Amino acid sequence: MNTIDNIPAIIDDMAGQLDTLTGKRGYANPAMVGIHTGGVWIAKLLHAKLGISDPLGSLDIAFYRDDFTRIGMNPVVQPSQLPFSIDNRHIIVVDDVLHTGRTIRAAMNELFDYGRPASITLATLIERDGRELPIEAGVVGRHVKLEPREHIKLTGPAPLALEIKKTA
Amino acid sequence: MNLKSLQIDDQGRLRHLLCISGLSRQLLTEILDTAESFSGVTEQSIKKVPLLRGKTITNLFFEASTRTRTTFELAAKRLSADVLNINVSTSSAVKGETLLDTLRNLEAMHVDMFVVRHADSGAAHFIASNVAPHISVINAGDGRHSHPTQALLDMFTIRRVKGGDFGRLRVAIVGDILHSRVARSQIHALNLLNTGEVRIVAPKTLIPSHAETLGTHVYHDLHAGIRDADVIIMLRLQRERMQGALLPSEHEYFELFGLTEERLAYASPDVTVMHPGPINRGVEMDSEVADGPRSVILEQVTHGIAVRMAVMSMAMHHGEEGSV
Repeated sequence: MNTIDNIPAIIDDMAGQLDTLTGKRGYANPAMVGIHTGGVWIAKLLHAKLGISDPLGSLDIAFYRDDFTRIGMNPVVQPSQLPFSIDNRHIIVVDDVLHTGRTIRAAMNELFDYGRPASITLATLIERDGRELPIEAGVVGRHVKLEPREHIKLTGPAPLALEIKKTA
Repeated sequence: MNLKSLQIDDQGRLRHLLCISGLSRQLLTEILDTAESFSGVTEQSIKKVPLLRGKTITNLFFEASTRTRTTFELAAKRLSADVLNINVSTSSAVKGETLLDTLRNLEAMHVDMFVVRHADSGAAHFIASNVAPHISVINAGDGRHSHPTQALLDMFTIRRVKGGDFGRLRVAIVGDILHSRVARSQIHALNLLNTGEVRIVAPKTLIPSHAETLGTHVYHDLHAGIRDADVIIMLRLQRERMQGALLPSEHEYFELFGLTEERLAYASPDVTVMHPGPINRGVEMDSEVADGPRSVILEQVTHGIAVRMAVMSMAMHHGEEGSV
């Protein structure tokens, strides 16, 4: 088992990257949305650091998963909440781990059922290998290369910790 | 096969929804929690989630219904399912086709779920026992037996208004208990949630014999029955089911059991008034009460959609991995 330390420093770094990226792309007044559960923990910290004016939104993508017909309903954590109109807004989607890309695909589908954003940028604490869809993060905290059957998981919210585990 | 093993699969998940008894408190709460998350779907500009895309749900109604059928239909559509409405009064049953033949024909059309309403108690159970293994059955009311989604949406509504602690609540169900599948399902659900006190209030002719065995207190006087009640659930007088002289007249019923603003003073000051609909105004309650600030009758209708979305998505049969 392996761990990645100092998550607050990684999040500070992500906030800096996001500030630079939105400035460079000319995204005035972006809004932020975290993906349940880990993404919301990271998004809360980023949202405060960047001083975003709109309240933080959250998405539970359970109703948009592509594996429902195989495994059925996942227990639902919390309803999605988007306390602002996303039409013509620059949206920063925050998740903890970018792996296959399927969660982000589901999150984007859900966002488009709320309106038509001007753009969507993905910020992720961890980017790992194993992409199954053409999805890329605009801002990455740490790139991680994992061995076969290794998984990385964020636990939290206080303290935030990352664990790498190998399944049998 | 008993009801419990029929409606719950071997992993403890919902397979069919036929009645409230046989559900665990945990599963009932899970349905209410899931409904809570579906209630947000109506806030989307596209009021749909893709969960049941490509599934076909058949509303099989052998008995008239507007509210229940339309809320099931809306719920299915908000889950992106395709919906087929079959009213049996206009179908092959009048040409002599048996129920099983109707089922076999619908199965041959690759339907995934039946939502069934029938005037005979046990009809949904019979259908669930006879359908192909990949089909789920939701009971939308069978005879005097059960109407589980109505009870679930009522529990959802009570939880929204009064909070999750049913132990401190006094709930009075008033009216035609004898003919009411809604009352039976509500009593089971309230007991499952450990409600402080469940009362049934009705004239002697409209209460089933041995009603106390349901875990309720029986009252034949409205004032006593609703005294300090936190929730009053009024039931519709089911004129279509009444045979024989159970009541002298509707006028006299209203005089003794009709809910008025004046009588509400006996209940708790923050009492909530519910009714599964359709209301007979001036028979079960005054318009002043039905349209008043304590009434949550229209909220019940809205909640019915989210609760039915939850039940349909949880019961929808899944592929190989889910069915083992």
